[in-house]
Amino acid sequence: MTESTTTETVQTIIAELKNKPGALLPILHGVQDTLGYIPADSVPAIAQALSLSRAEVHGVISFYHYFRDTPPGKHTIHLCRAESCQSMGSEKLEAHVKATLGIDYHETTADGQFSLEPVYCLGNCACSPAMQIDHEIYGRVSAESFDATINDLGADA
Amino acid sequence: MSSTVYVSGDSSAISLGANRTAAAIVKEAAQRGIAINLVRNGSRGMYWLEPLVEVAVKGQRVAYGAVNSNDVAGLFDADFLNGSSHTLSLGATEEIPYFKNQQRLTFARVGITDPISLDDYIAHDGYRGLKNAIGMSQADVVKHVTDSGLRGRGGAAFPTGIKWNTVLNTPSEQKYIICNADEGDSGTFSDRMIMEGDPFVLIEGMTIAGLAVGATQGYIYLRVEYPHAHKALNAAIDKAYAANYLGENIQGSGKTFHLEVRLGAGAYVCGEETSLMESLEGKRGLVRFKPPLPAISGLFGKPTVVNNVISLASVPVILDKGGDYYRDFGMGRSRGTLPLQLAGNLKHTGLVEIAFGMTLRELLYEYGGGSASGRPIKAVQVGGPLGAFVPESQFDTPLDYEAFAANWTVLGHGGVVAFDDTMNMAKMARYAMEFCAAESCGKCTPCRIGSTRGYEVMDDIINNVDREKNVVLLRSLCDTLLNGSLCALGGMTPYPVLSALNHFPEDFGLTSHTNAA
Repeated sequence: MTESTTTETVQTIIAELKNKPGALLPILHGVQDTLGYIPADSVPAIAQALSLSRAEVHGVISFYHYFRDTPPGKHTIHLCRAESCQSMGSEKLEAHVKATLGIDYHETTADGQFSLEPVYCLGNCACSPAMQIDHEIYGRVSAESFDATINDLGADA
Repeated sequence: MSSTVYVSGDSSAISLGANRTAAAIVKEAAQRGIAINLVRNGSRGMYWLEPLVEVAVKGQRVAYGAVNSNDVAGLFDADFLNGSSHTLSLGATEEIPYFKNQQRLTFARVGITDPISLDDYIAHDGYRGLKNAIGMSQADVVKHVTDSGLRGRGGAAFPTGIKWNTVLNTPSEQKYIICNADEGDSGTFSDRMIMEGDPFVLIEGMTIAGLAVGATQGYIYLRVEYPHAHKALNAAIDKAYAANYLGENIQGSGKTFHLEVRLGAGAYVCGEETSLMESLEGKRGLVRFKPPLPAISGLFGKPTVVNNVISLASVPVILDKGGDYYRDFGMGRSRGTLPLQLAGNLKHTGLVEIAFGMTLRELLYEYGGGSASGRPIKAVQVGGPLGAFVPESQFDTPLDYEAFAANWTVLGHGGVVAFDDTMNMAKMARYAMEFCAAESCGKCTPCRIGSTRGYEVMDDIINNVDREKNVVLLRSLCDTLLNGSLCALGGMTPYPVLSALNHFPEDFGLTSHTNAA
């Protein structure tokens, strides 16, 4: 996406949402849903529309784990690290995922296919270990089922 | 007449392949020229049987499970549409002992109705509570909730009626109802199941709350990790507006209530009510000092009811059948039912809604079926990541807020995560501190700095660096967190840490002699 269309996109989202009470989170979600992340150069426009300082907007973006200020890979993998998943072997799965992708948490593979993020509970604790890829949720994930899933996704590329 | 087939659209069922199973059923039926009506219901909560396929046969549901997409052709061959026998047959769904013995009040419709069909909701006793509430005075609605004995199901167990009464009696032109749907505790998923499986019951509960206290605006603060719940809630809210169950002059009552879903952004601490309100206001989720109570000065400084999903979803049945009806379930000061969530290393994970009073042991073995791994259950963590690890010696504790508190354990939101004997509890204690450090809002020092010092000290203990000296330090640090933190995140992280240390000293490399508290 070119710079001017990004700015237009952000402005459209701001115009649509800025009059909601407590509009900042809805606007940040809107930007991230559309662009995949919240570009640093969108911060001044958001701040101005809401009569906030840039520091305040930055502070909110950096407070929440979900918001990101760098572009994600084509697919974002959220791997659950919480207790229920640990009780069903998520630590081994985590090691396998990192080794397979060759990245750590908060990183993106060199080919831009996958970003890896930790998550503390997906509410899928009855089917641990769990992960989410984009908006899809996966339960009772094994090393084998993880490999099969990312191979399928890679094939779509 | 075409057969009605049910395949759950619950996200955990989907995580096990329910969408593939549903698609295979549609495809197979089309190929065979058979007309079917496929309903994506909520989950019955028996997750070891998902994807569960049910067929309506002569007025009752017959179940098959777990059905993978490659089992579907065989089911058609066996004539499952007429309830015929197959190796995956489970008989009548409601006769499965796990399900049959439950007392489903809040979850009465989950798994039965089409979650986003308003007609289905009304046909299954929906909106009867609101109808009654419209005919009552505000004080009487609050009285029913007070009389029911309902206590906050989010974990703190504060009496819901008292909270409502404070908001009712605080004059203000604008008041708010907030549903705390930031279900971040590991091992809990009952809020998610309600929002995906019966979103109207939450909408109705919030509408009743709004009428009762005079609030015209409600927000559901939903965690972003729940995209399926988000979709279901928005679809149900649209339908409720279209049928005048939300908006102006609801059902001719002259009362107004508007409702909107707002998404969180992955901050665990935003499940704390004051942090949640900061987040709704568009700020960093920093915890506020209390007082003032949110009931007096909450969202945007206005009187605000903040209730958990299950608390609000329990209100319609209370207003339908009366506070007394609900109060007659349960024991002691824990009235009504609690939707318990069996998670982690258990054979039969899922949702069990039952009156307070059953023992933890019955829950783990009679419902949970023991560990999934077949090894002994070493400990269970009840009440989320801030709940204590409960050792086998305490499994006979009844599921009751006071009985749990007497053991220095936490019943909380009713999430139960089981660990087998391969789990090292010192590692879990370290994790609790690491989690607190990752999720601390940073406002108070004990939590912000104590959690980081906590996992550093745990590292030293695990690596046997001045172990005994560091255990003393860890206990002192926990004391500071317990007594000096602003909210439950710092204030309760010592529960998992100290319970692990007290009950499993050997995992910390200690003998009981060297571990004297």
